[in-house]
Amino acid sequence: MAYEEKGAWVALIVGIVAYAVYAAVVLGRAAGGPLAEAPYVDALLWSIGAAIAMAIVVTIIVGIVSRRDGLVSDQRDKQISARAEHTARAFLVIGALGALVLALIEADPFWIANTIYLAFVVSSTVEGITRIALYRGVMPSW
Amino acid sequence: MVKPTSVTNSIRALRFAADEMTQAELARRIGVTRQTVIAIEQGRYSPSLEMAFQIARVFDVPLDAVFQYPSTTGASS
Repeated sequence: MAYEEKGAWVALIVGIVAYAVYAAVVLGRAAGGPLAEAPYVDALLWSIGAAIAMAIVVTIIVGIVSRRDGLVSDQRDKQISARAEHTARAFLVIGALGALVLALIEADPFWIANTIYLAFVVSSTVEGITRIALYRGVMPSW
Repeated sequence: MVKPTSVTNSIRALRFAADEMTQAELARRIGVTRQTVIAIEQGRYSPSLEMAFQIARVFDVPLDAVFQYPSTTGASS
């Protein structure tokens, strides 16, 4: 498995786990009550911070473990990365538009923040899945 | 499902003809990862024109001895 493909797996798993933990914490705090009234800011910041820290640590570990196979990125890695980012960008835009609409209708900041965070997670998940699929399958020419 | 590239190649045969050159050695000589050489050999990835020339140069053969683009029935531009 290419070093970059391992990186894609790391980012994908870390992103999903961090969001799952965040969602579980916030749902737990809501305890069946209105979701928008649950304290979420600290959990959201911790979730993002922990995801970034975990991704860095795991990537370093993967780099050390696979240094024998080489850590270089080549043309195909860059094309796969660009293609995956291109595919995922739409989800980020949809999330941003959703947050914009929520802001315009003066929705609770809870929903605005969570729409943006969910868009980050969905976008990075789609990016990770696309990268892995392109590494495993055929890289289309475009 | 994405359609595989129409470009075929003879890299595997050329490697064996070149003292059974390994995929890793070919990758090293053209400056890519072994996974990329595997993907090219299997027709899962079309390299850039520059990389194609580099591969041909490694085997000291013309480009069309490495890559072929068979004419297909139906779709043509």
